[in-house]
Amino acid sequence: MSLNAEIRGQLFNYLLRHADDRLVLGHRLSEWCGHGPMLEEDLALANIALDLIGQASLFYKLAAETEANGRSEDDLAFLRDSAEFRNLQLVEQPNGDFAYTIARQFFFDVYDVLFLEQLSLSTEAEISAIGAKALKEAQYHLRHTQQWMLRLGDGTEESHRRLQDAVDDLWRFTQEMFVPDELDHTLTAEVIAPDLETLRSSWQESVEQTLREATLELPEDSQYMTSGSRGGYHTEHLGYLLAEMQVMQRTHPGAAW
Amino acid sequence: MVNAWDCLRSVPDPEIPVVDVVSMGIVREVEETPESVTVTITPTYSGCPAMYEIELSIREALQSAGHTQVEVKTKIAPVWTTDWITEEAREQLRSYGIAPPERRCASGNDLKTPACTFCGSEKTRLQSEFGSTPCKALRVCLECLQPFEHFKCI
Repeated sequence: MSLNAEIRGQLFNYLLRHADDRLVLGHRLSEWCGHGPMLEEDLALANIALDLIGQASLFYKLAAETEANGRSEDDLAFLRDSAEFRNLQLVEQPNGDFAYTIARQFFFDVYDVLFLEQLSLSTEAEISAIGAKALKEAQYHLRHTQQWMLRLGDGTEESHRRLQDAVDDLWRFTQEMFVPDELDHTLTAEVIAPDLETLRSSWQESVEQTLREATLELPEDSQYMTSGSRGGYHTEHLGYLLAEMQVMQRTHPGAAW
Repeated sequence: MVNAWDCLRSVPDPEIPVVDVVSMGIVREVEETPESVTVTITPTYSGCPAMYEIELSIREALQSAGHTQVEVKTKIAPVWTTDWITEEAREQLRSYGIAPPERRCASGNDLKTPACTFCGSEKTRLQSEFGSTPCKALRVCLECLQPFEHFKCI
């Protein structure tokens, strides 16, 4: 990449954000493995987890190359603490019941398809390649979670109630996906990164439409909408997740299969 | 010494051993010089756990054929598509019990319902978009009632 040092440094941080989103959400979904409500869904969640972790690896690899400081993709995934993680708070939320996992995934997948569509247009060839690769997978994921939103929302009284509770509870984590910070602004100006603000209305429209079809109520924005995860602010849940995910590398540094 | 492309045609896909890595479109480029061989491969799915295995098998196959200097590179653009799977590999998939992907996925045209790999009926239903590996979906035949796998079209 023929970018100046300043942009390279910012690019590293940018790639890390999107790698962290995928690693953390992939790890959360992997917690369902062997506990899914039915065999097909167990496989589906594990498959989506695998895609997300594979995508995380593409982002980390490029981040490590961009940083060029001797750290590997594994170092980035396994040897950083929660304050150094830059993922959205949405993706670190615990699985809850199945409805909660589906609502979390749905909010993320709608965002992810829009985000990756734009990322695949990046002027940086290696970034647009990741966008194009991940987009094909994200479209599959979205189709899957959309179907579950309809099935649970417009299902039984209990499934409807559980999904509505999940939607209401998770809503506070949804708006920060579209609030760009300085890093986003810089890279958007370089046409390397998508303009997050332009994704918001499509996201809102798509989410509203699915919720309506699923007979669910659209929550209202409250004063408790979260912010700051891109700056390293997280809910308490991330620390526990990382403790479990990183324990092998922390206990046996450099351990390999 | 067997030429590199022919060597690679003998490397099976570790998940679906009836097909090889060339006919699946995983091998993108081969550069052969008198001293060395450089093979460029592309993953089918980002998280495909077989990639490491594929890289090892490629190295092994080329080395045992006498190519001492082997380099395996990975690239992700252009994005792998099931359209790169050869006609022959499609037939091999079918006889192995996996309904092959439809043609021209990239443009979204010509998407037919995959036929049952047991009785050939086209009356089949999608059971789950996710199967035993990321590249496959589960379907059920509505005539012979057998479940079967379908290689997803991407």
